[in-house]
This record gives sequence, C-alpha cells and structure tokens, in this order.
Amino acid sequence: MRRILKRHEVVADEWRHLGEDATDADALIVPLADLRKEPAVWQARSGRLGLRIAPAESVESLADLLPHVALVAVEFPNVGDGRGFSYGRLLRDRLQFKGELRAVGQGVKQDKIFLLARCGFESFELPPEENADEALKALRRYDVVYQPAEPIEGIRRQRFFA
Amino acid sequence: MYRYDDLDQAFVDERVAEFRDQTRRFLAGQLSEDEFKAVRLRNGLYIQRHAPMLRIAIPYGLLSSRQLRKLGEVARRYDRSFGHFTTRTNLQLNWPNLADVPDILEQLATVQMHAIQTSGNCIRNVTADHMAGVAKDEVDDPRPYCEIIRQWSTHHPEFTYLPRKFKFAVTGSPEDRAASEVHDIGLHLKRDEQGNLGFQVLVGGGLGRQPIIGQVIREFLPVPDLLSYCEAILRVYNRYGRRDNIHKARIKVLVKSLGIDRFREQVDTEWQASRATAPRLEAAEVDRVRSHFVPPAYEELQNFDAAAGREPEFQAWYRYNTREHKVSGYRAVFVSLKAHGEAPGDMTSDQMEAVADLADRVSFGMIRVTHSQNLLLADVRQIDLYAAWQELKQLHLATPNIGTLTDMIVCPGLDFCSLANAGTINVAKQIQARFDDLDYLYDLGDIEIKMSGCMNACGHHHVGHIGILGVDKHGEEWYQITLGGSVNGFSALGEVIGPSVPQKDVAATIERIVEVYRTQREDGERFVEMVHRVGIKPFKERAYASHSEAA
Ligand code: SF4
Repeated sequence: MRRILKRHEVVADEWRHLGEDATDADALIVPLADLRKEPAVWQARSGRLGLRIAPAESVESLADLLPHVALVAVEFPNVGDGRGFSYGRLLRDRLQFKGELRAVGQGVKQDKIFLLARCGFESFELPPEENADEALKALRRYDVVYQPAEPIEGIRRQRFFA
Repeated sequence: MYRYDDLDQAFVDERVAEFRDQTRRFLAGQLSEDEFKAVRLRNGLYIQRHAPMLRIAIPYGLLSSRQLRKLGEVARRYDRSFGHFTTRTNLQLNWPNLADVPDILEQLATVQMHAIQTSGNCIRNVTADHMAGVAKDEVDDPRPYCEIIRQWSTHHPEFTYLPRKFKFAVTGSPEDRAASEVHDIGLHLKRDEQGNLGFQVLVGGGLGRQPIIGQVIREFLPVPDLLSYCEAILRVYNRYGRRDNIHKARIKVLVKSLGIDRFREQVDTEWQASRATAPRLEAAEVDRVRSHFVPPAYEELQNFDAAAGREPEFQAWYRYNTREHKVSGYRAVFVSLKAHGEAPGDMTSDQMEAVADLADRVSFGMIRVTHSQNLLLADVRQIDLYAAWQELKQLHLATPNIGTLTDMIVCPGLDFCSLANAGTINVAKQIQARFDDLDYLYDLGDIEIKMSGCMNACGHHHVGHIGILGVDKHGEEWYQITLGGSVNGFSALGEVIGPSVPQKDVAATIERIVEVYRTQREDGERFVEMVHRVGIKPFKERAYASHSEAA
C-alpha cells in the first residue's frame, strides 16, 4: 500500500488512482478529462471521488465539480514546472476548496514540500525514491516566512499580511 | 542601510542549514543531478566551465564596509583571492569547491549576506540606481522599495518555480541609471497630482536572444498596492508563460504574444480577484524599512573646486570619476574596476579590504556596486577627494575612464562561462590596449561599449552604444558589432552593422568606427546621438573598408 505524507504524518494512502486496483467503495482519484466525459458514472460510485488535474488544465473550470469531490490532486510532472503552486492557491483562496489538496507527480520532492504546504497542499504523494521521513522534516525546515499564504504549523513569524 | 531583524536572520540561517543538508545528500548520491541543480541554482551555485561558480547577492548594490571585507576574506579563503562584479551588482566567485559552499554561505550569513535566488527560474536580485539617495533629481529613494521587494520575493511560496528567471529594477530619478526598461518589471517612483507616492510600472523588457524594451502596464500604482499588483503579474506569468521552450519562456514573450493591452486586462482581472488575499504593503512597514535608509550625518560644508591647482592627472580623475552630490561639500566617487589590462569588473581580495577601509574613513562605511561593474563611494567630502584619489591610485582603482569607451561592460565569456562562444576578456584587453591614450578617450567622450560572449546577453550588448557579441563560426571566435543601443530613459536596441569580424580585428574595427564619429560629428554631439542622426551607413562603410589598408 502506498504511503503518503499527510498533515505532518506518514500514513497509508486511502485513495486509489484510476487504473489501480479499486473496489466500488474505494476512494478513487479520476483525471479531469475522464470525469468530464461521464460525470454521472463516477458520481454514482459508492466510494469517495477525487479529481486530478494536469498543469495545462484550467482550475477555474473546476468550479462546478468541486462540490462533488473530496480531493483534488494537482500534478507536478517534473522538477521545474511550478504552475501547480498557483493552482493550490487558487483552489484554496478563490475557489474556496476545503477538501484534501494533494500534490502528485515526479516533481513532488522533499525540497519543495514546504512551499507546497504554504500554497495549500496538505498531502503529498512522493515518488518512490523520496524518503518520507526526511520529507516530513523538510516540512518544518523554516519557522519564519515573509508572505501571507497558507499558515502552517511551526511558523513563528511572518512579515507581510493580506 | 537595512539591518536584518530576527526574522531576516533566522531565515538566512535556516536556508544555510537547508543547503548544507542538500549538498550532503547530493555528495552522498541521494539527490540526483537534476534535483540538486534546481536547489543549487536557487542558492547561486552554477557548475561552470572549470569549476563551480557562486554568485553572491548584493541586494540593490549596497554594501557595508564589513560586508565588503567579508567578501574579500571569503574570496581569499575559498577562492583565488578575487571576485567578479556583474551588471546585476552581484559578486561571482569563480573557483570555490562545491563542498565548501555551505561554509561560504554560513560565513556570509554572519554579515547579513546570502546567495539566495541569484540564479534559477525565480525572482532574482533586485537592482536600483547606484546614485540612489544622493542624486539631485530624485523623487524618492528607491532602496527601501527594493528591500521590501527582496523580502517579499524571498522563498516565495508560489513564485519560486517560474517558467524562467525574473528581474526587477527600481529607480527614483527621471534619469534611468538602472536599465529598468530591459527588466521583466521596471518600477519608476513618481508622485501623482495629490503628491502621493507610487510607481509607473513597466513590464516585459529584457535582453537575451529576443531583446525587447519594457512597456508601460500601469501609469501610477500607489505604494500600498505594490506587492498585490506584482503578485497578479507574476501569477499570470506563472500560469501562462511558456514552459515548452526555454528561449520563449521569459515574460516578455508572453506580453508580446498577447499584446500589452490584453496582458494588462488579464493582470487587472487577476488583481481584482486576488487583492484581498495578497500581501498589503502597510505604511508602518514602509516606514520601518525607510528608517534604515536615512541619510548619513552629513556635515555642513561649502562646495569648492577640489581640482583647482592640482595636477592634470587628478583633474582628469575628478572630472571623470566623481559625480555631483545633492549635499554641498560632498561628491560621489567611482572606484574604477576598469583598469587597462584587467578583466572588467574584477577585484582582488586586497583591493576589497582596502576599499572597505577607505570607505570607513571617507564615506560613512558604505560602498555601492554599479550596474556598469564599478564601485561607488557615494558620500565623500570634497576636502577628502585628493587623499582618496591617492589611495585609489595606489590600489590601481583610479583609472580616470568612467563613462569613456574603456569603461566597458563585459561578461566573463569563455574564461569562465560554459555557454560562451567567445573570450570577451581578451577582446576587452585588446580594446583597452588600443585605446590607451586618455586624451583620445576624453575627446571621444561618452561612449558605452557592452560585450557579451553569447546570445544570452549578460553583457547587455544590444543596448551598448557599441555592442559586441561573440559568435561561433566553425569553432572560431567571431564578433558581431551593433551600433546605436541605449538604455538611459530613451532606450533603443542597437543595429547590426554587417558581417561579424574575427577576434584579432575587433579593436581595429572599433577604432575605425569611432574615427567616423570623431571626424564627422557635429558640435557637442555624442557618439550615440550621431548614430541616431546619420544611421549606420557611414560607420559600416568605414568599418569594413580597410583590411587592405591595414595590411
Ligand atoms: S553572455 Fe553568454 S558567455 Fe557571457 S556570461 Fe552570459 S551566458 Fe556566459
């Protein structure tokens, strides 16, 4: 079973991605394109529903779907693609998404975890070569920040406020 | 100057600890080249032609004597006792050991310095006018805003993995001494009709392969909106800037493809939607930062002619290497890093330490690095000028050539940079040798030569009055020459005069070009003005005319 980092803990993942072994009752993450094709089919499942977006997809277009999903997975396909940082903030600040916001993909590295958490991500699917315990430490790497963003545990000082 | 508070200091300390851990993981094989690259670049560390290169941030070019002394010490202890100042007013060390870099950063943190975000696809060191605070024509001192931008952009949660690098420049005077029009965002301090301070905002300027002059996106942005508005620009860029092609990834390409009006609309829409959650710049915070930039304790002095009755050599230095100061009895003094025979912008550890000492004695212990790769002692009493000159002369830092043709901007080129096509430093020395006659230089007046070793344009060749670009022709170094570039408030990109020339002919070609100017200029006309008046044709005719003559 996949282990993920979630809210300062390494835990067993309750979610499956489409294509992985899953029963009708399992929580399932479906790519946006598939979800768009047959929304009723996916929503009719008994298990919880999550959606996954790629960097080139528009977050604004998710507005109608968000009330029906418990999780949004944002893809970070490589080390450099940072569009997902903006998507995190937009999902939280503008679209008011209160469910689980998850970072997935090859680009989810321990050295980015702190910034991802500041952009509203609360769970992280680390690529297999990443060490989850070290990533957990990285979440607490800084106790001071300059910008207003998602407040995370352990921050004692901030400079600018919204 | 700005002094770190507990937050600033804690941040750089935590950053050093993080990078120490990352370096350890890399050396232990736990971090791939690719991943380490992303983090080392954001800490100023390149892997260059011969060795790693560490680019140390000098925010808006301002240094205390203690910091400059530390730079000298670090360069001696961890490098070959010299460093190279860049057009972004940073200092590059060319030979540090990778394993020593965490120690170097720890040393720097003891004097409130760092190398954070001096490279990588993130918001880079912000630059300002080197005459900030002492220029007569200043609306307001740009440095407090630079410092605010430095802090806001540091370790930004959303904008640390941008499509490409992102550069800010802030100016406070009508005369643009910071090349702000070729920055991703250029901010010009101004007042509105009610006297409120704000900024004219330019966006989408830049050099590189596709040089573009920035365009006005907003005529007046009130100070409290500075950060929220910049966040809106950055968010539009982070989302829609191209990531498929590194050469098309700068914001200038996005602005150009949308057109400034559509880009402005997108930014405004984003700004309206995000203002409430974006950082607000409170007056109290502006005041806090401004209080670090109060003018030094100037004495009440009269202006006097320091050059009168002195030897011609001092008079020349006074004329070329010092500038008017807004406070009577003072002048700003350039420390020329353009000695003939030396690589432009290079400085030895001994020189750094000596200049730090000099600054303590004659310029309130402060030093500035200029965009043109020199240093500036901004607040020197006129009665101290002669003694300061004597010291600087001893140090080989008094070549009276500021603003002349040999005050060239030159990137490191083949000697250090792995992207280079050309040995720019050799060509610079060739030019210095050919133009060694100071009277001839003075007669030519204000001519800016800017030279880059490749298309990346770190030497800003497009905006040099004379631009020189190294190109590779079948494995040989050739040089393309442009004329008529400029960045001082009426920015223009230079025009290519014709086929590139081989390395050995560069200096001679430049000489033929300036001879056209010398013999055909109108009264009082500067070189670049003549180029704009007559076009490049007469220069072109002469530039290539004489291979046979020369033989
Ligand atoms: S212009 Fe090219 S050669 Fe010169 S420093 Fe920049 S990348 Fe290197």
